[in-house]
This record gives sequence, C-alpha cells and structure tokens, in this order.
Amino acid sequence: MASLSSLLKVLLYGLIGLFLSIWVVQNPQDGLVARLVTYDKLAVLLLQHFYLVGVSALLAVLTAVPLGIALTRPGLKSWAPRVLALVNIGQTVPSLAVVALSVGFLGVGSLTAIVALWIYSLLPILSNTLIGLQEVDSSITEAAHGMGMKGRHVLFRVELPMAAAMIMAGIRTAVTITIGSAILAAFVGGGGVGNLIIAGNNISRWQVLVLGAALPVLMALMADVIFESLEKKVRV
Amino acid sequence: MSFLEFLMSRWPTILSLTLEHLLIVFIAMVISIALGVSVGILITKNKVAAQIVLNFTNILMTIPSLALFSLLIPVLGIGKIPAIVGLVAYTQLPIVRNVYTGMMTINPSILEAARGMGLTEKKILRTIKIPLAFPAMMSGIRTATVMGIGIGAIAGYIGAGGLGVYIFQGISRSNDQMVIVGAVIISLISILTDRFLGGLQRKLNR
Amino acid sequence: MIRFENVVKRYPGEGADAVHNLNFEIASGTICMLVGPSGCGKTTTMKMINKLIRPTSGAILIDGRNIDTVDTIELRLSIGYIIQDIGLFPHMSVGENIATVPGELGWKKERINARIEELLELVDLNPKVYRNKKPNELSGGQKQRVGVARALAADPPIMLMDEPFGALDPITRAKMQDEFLHIQEKIRKTIVFVTHDIEEAIKMGDNIAVLKAGQIVQLSSPMEILSNPADPFVSELIGGRNSLKMLNLMLCGQIMKSLSPSEGEKARATGHGLLGLKATAQDALSEMLRTGQRFIYVEDGDRIVGVLEFEDLLERASRHGLSQ
Repeated sequence: MASLSSLLKVLLYGLIGLFLSIWVVQNPQDGLVARLVTYDKLAVLLLQHFYLVGVSALLAVLTAVPLGIALTRPGLKSWAPRVLALVNIGQTVPSLAVVALSVGFLGVGSLTAIVALWIYSLLPILSNTLIGLQEVDSSITEAAHGMGMKGRHVLFRVELPMAAAMIMAGIRTAVTITIGSAILAAFVGGGGVGNLIIAGNNISRWQVLVLGAALPVLMALMADVIFESLEKKVRV
Repeated sequence: MSFLEFLMSRWPTILSLTLEHLLIVFIAMVISIALGVSVGILITKNKVAAQIVLNFTNILMTIPSLALFSLLIPVLGIGKIPAIVGLVAYTQLPIVRNVYTGMMTINPSILEAARGMGLTEKKILRTIKIPLAFPAMMSGIRTATVMGIGIGAIAGYIGAGGLGVYIFQGISRSNDQMVIVGAVIISLISILTDRFLGGLQRKLNR
Repeated sequence: MIRFENVVKRYPGEGADAVHNLNFEIASGTICMLVGPSGCGKTTTMKMINKLIRPTSGAILIDGRNIDTVDTIELRLSIGYIIQDIGLFPHMSVGENIATVPGELGWKKERINARIEELLELVDLNPKVYRNKKPNELSGGQKQRVGVARALAADPPIMLMDEPFGALDPITRAKMQDEFLHIQEKIRKTIVFVTHDIEEAIKMGDNIAVLKAGQIVQLSSPMEILSNPADPFVSELIGGRNSLKMLNLMLCGQIMKSLSPSEGEKARATGHGLLGLKATAQDALSEMLRTGQRFIYVEDGDRIVGVLEFEDLLERASRHGLSQ
C-alpha cells in the first residue's frame, strides 16, 4: 500500500507541474512571456534537465558503487577511511564551487555541467556504498565464506543485497540534490529548467520565475518519493 | 596574466568580497540559529505542530536555492535583505530538526526522574533538556552553517555581493581565473568552517 | 504517614480502572512494598503520591494533609524518588546529580558539599573517587547507589522507589538490598517500594501490599503473607518453598536457644561454626548443609550467645509450612 500512496504522490506532483505549465502558457502575463514559454520550449528544457540529471546520476552510480565495492575488498580496505574523509570534505564544497571549477577547467557547455553534477552526486553514493558495505555484519559474511561461497557470490548474494537500502539512500540523496544543482547548468550553457529562472530574472517576469522555480522542486519531490519506495523495496 | 599576477592585482576586491560573504552568512546564521533553536524547542510541546513545521522546513529545503532566491526578488527586491531571508529560510531544517530530535530522544527516565524530584518544567528545559540536546543542536548548526556558506555564493546572483559575484561575473565574462579563484576560496571557507565547527563540537561534547 | 482514601485512577479510553478504590495507610518509618504482576496498578499507585499521576477521584494524605493542597514542586522536593532506570543526569557529575534537590531548595554551597560527601559515604562510594565522575563511568550498581544518594539528598521523609534494583544482576541486586536495609535502619524513612518480585518484597518490606487488577488483595506483614495468603492469587504469587522463604525472615538472634556466658566460653573452645545475630535461619540452614554439622553457634560481637539446631529449624519451617 505504501507503493500506492507513493504513486499518488508522484501523480499529484506531476499534475501540479502540468497544470502550472499549462496555466502559464495559456495565460501569459504579456507577449514576452508568451514567446518565451511555449509547450515546445518547456519540453526541450525539461528534457535537457532530465538528460543532465540522468546522465550524471547514472555515471555517478556506475563509478561510485564499483569504487565503494573496491574500497571494501581486502586489498584496498586500508584506503577506505582516507577516501571517506576526503569524500566528507568534498561534500562540504558548495555546488556552485564545483560547477565553477569545472567551468574553469572545461569551459562552458553541457559536458561541463555533466562533469560537475557527476562529481557532486558521486560523493553521497560513494559514502553510502562504503558505509553500507562496512556495516554488513562480519559474522554473516564469515558464515557465507564458511559455507564455501566464492568471494564473488558473497559480494553479490550477501553483501550487496544487505547494503542495497543504504546505497539506494545515497542515490536518492544524489538525485534530489542533482535536480536542484542542475539549475546551475543554465549558467554554464548546459540548458535545463534553470534557463527559465535566468530568463525570468532578466526580463523580470514573475510567471517565468515561478515556473522555473516550481518545476525543479516538483521534479525533486517526485524523485524523492520514487527513490524512497525503491529504497524500501530493497531493504532486507 | 598568470594566476599569481591575477591574485596580486585583484586581492583587495577578493578580500572585500570574502569579508562581505562572511558577514552576510554570519548575520543570516545568527538569525537562523536563534529562530531555529526557538522553533525546535517550541515544537516539542506539540506533535502536530512539530509534524507541520518539520514538513514545511523540509519542503523549503527541496526548493533549489537559486529558485528560492529568485522567488524572493518580486517580494523583497534584490540585495542583501532577500539574501539573508533566503539563507535563514534555507538553513532552518537542519537546525530545527536536530534541536527537535535532540530533545525528543532524551531518555524518558531522565525526565521522569527530574520531574519526580521536583524540578520545574522551566528548570528541566534549562538544566536537563537543552544541555542534553546540545550535541545534536551543534551538529545541526554545523550542517546549516556550511550549507549557508555555499548558498551564500548563489545569493551573489541576486545582488547580495560576496564571492558568488566573482563566480557569476567570471562565468559571464568567460574569465576562468575569476571563476576558479571564487570557487577555491568559497570551498576553502566551507571546508575550514566545517573543520572548525567539528572541532568545537568535539570539544564541547567532552 | 501516607493515607489513600477511596483513590481511583482511570485512564482515558480504558474500560477498567487502573486503580480501583484504594484505601490503605503506610506508617511512618516503614517500608511498604507494592507487589503484583505488570498492569496491576502498583506503579500508578506510587506515582500518584508525588503527583506524577493525578487520581481520577479520592484523596491522598501525607501526615494528614491532602496532597492536592500542596504545591506540586514543593511536594516533590520533599519526596525522594528512585526509578529502575535511575535517570541520573548524564551530563552532570555524581556530585552535581546529588546536589540537584538541595540546590533547588537554596542550600548554601558548603552545606551541599558536606551533604554530598556524607551521602556518598552512606552509600559506600568513596567521595574522593566518585564525586566528579560522570554517570557513564559507573557500573550499574554504582549508578543505583548514586540514585539512592540523590534521592536522599535533602533528607526527605518519604522515598518512592520504583523497581530500583530491577535492572541489576542477581548478586549486585542482593547486595544493594542488604545495604539499603542497612541504610534504612539509620534513616528510618517512610518508603513506598514497587516491585514485581515477591522475594524482594518479602525481604525488604515491613508490610506488603499485593495488588491485582487495581485493587489490594492483601496488605500485611511478610510473615503473615507467607503463612496466611489471603486467596489463591496470593498463594500462587508467593509460589512454593514458603517454608524456606520464611526461614529467610527469621533471624538467628530471635530463634536461637540462649547460652550462658560460661557455656559460650566452652562453645568457643570447640572451634565450631559461627553466625551473627542478624544472619537468617536460612543462612544457618545452608551453613549446616555445607559443613554437614547439625548445629551452629550464634555470636554477638565476640561473645557466643546462643545455639541453633538442625531439628529446630526443620520444626519451625514445617510448622509454618503446614499452616498454609
């Protein structure tokens, strides 16, 4: 039943976003807004936003989870505390600074935005993967080894399933943060809903501003609900 | 222009922006801590109020900071005031939540003993609850302050001044050195503040 | 004296009274044990005395004064309170914990300091060592000693104790019970002591109130409860081995055959086993079983004043046992 209420929440947020968009397009303040906010343009911006978040989050999962696994294997285990400390420091670096630094080194463009978002979302996933795997009761893995399971099987059938909820929680944090941070992509030529905010500010039209602010909030809330239910699903 | 020359020639601007940044964040955090701690304590009296306040601050925090600041422009105009308002709103959640959880997770037997011994509710709040919730409060304040420093940079976009200005200007002028200097300084301030508050926290908890 | 008059407590939304029409008295300077299974109303009864729980109807009087007319804070400051989880304030030192109530009462610093030392010695903790320790540096037993000291701090005439030794291991527990009885001999407080452990009730109580479903089914001395349980519920609560339990209530000094000083001298010369006046008949029996001897001498200080014989003990145990 939890999934039903999550589904309803996602639908609710989606509908709010949809109605807000329709309302602005149908009842623009003036001609400037009418030209700026059309269904086509909104669709493009939303797709860009999804693309930025999706690609960077996917890259983050694909890098952070294997890295987290590697850092809990016997060979690299001793590095884990140092990496974790570094990750914690990294997480205190503001998102704008991360975006700015990648601009400094890569110039503007969507690649820059993706790299920045990737680095930023990597951190919560990595730290949760590390902690999740470290928290698996050693007596359980010992039992698994003792029963004659191969190392690979212990990892995939015991450790990862037990750490899955924690890893998923990291992904959830990463995705919701990334949706918000992706607004900054607009400043570095990455596009996305942030464009609406910049445009809204430039031409001082509150409708555009509100839409630009509301859409990422709704997206973040939707993502939060979806990943929350995924997190519950994989919890043992 | 080399990086070093750039720093040499611009350091007065950089310094004043840094100080401006610290000042805005400091003012915002003083207000935010006073407000957050009071609200966190007040809502321990009422479960429904607590749910409402925590959900509200939670939603506030999901609003991307840039969007929140932009939404304040039509209401408060641009400048330092909306920046501080935005920062206060944005940093409430960690403080309120930590104060609240810190107070609610105190072992009930401690409170029962205090009540049974004849301490007044006011006295219990002052000598038992607040000291016991203090570590949680401190960690909330630490999270909030570090967040505030980062979001303070974004406030540069709405004319609040501070290091964000340097970054945004650098981006629009394609001046990589400005962007990198702004980003590095702001990162250093965040990291150092986090370290400092972490150390303070450990010291106070002992 | 604490007096309950027609006291009823009904929690909102519950069908039955948690405490139903209680009428009883606790004499000053005695320990009254409230015993019964969980949910019988014993804790509710106790917590109504310091107004942590308000009765639905009826009155509770302390020395003739209805507690309703007494300011809650003033009332609580005059009642020592000890609970199972102790509730020591973890951020305060042992000394600061003990100083809480005297501080509330506005005692002078020197007086508080002297009192802390005095109390720590009373509960057998070296003030020099323990005064500045934090609760998390103490063992369970030590914590409870501090709890006792804290409750005694302002020398309240009444103490409420809610399963104070319930979380301790059996050995520490027995030790704390003995020590507390010893302290009570000196301080003579009026004590309301809640426990679910009938053995503890028998050992500690001057009187025992057995509660069941919010009512007192029997209120009498431990000996009377053991020898004359009021109904099957009480019999079941005290369980079997009554005769052995009763031996535990008899002190060697009370049941020995006296010996003259010269007989005592002779007995001393035999080098035979000895027990103190305060040892229980059960101690005597187990000593006999351990050594295989059929009698044991009782000494008062360094003088042997009496003798106990195995047959005597058996006879006493079976006499009470039969009267069930």
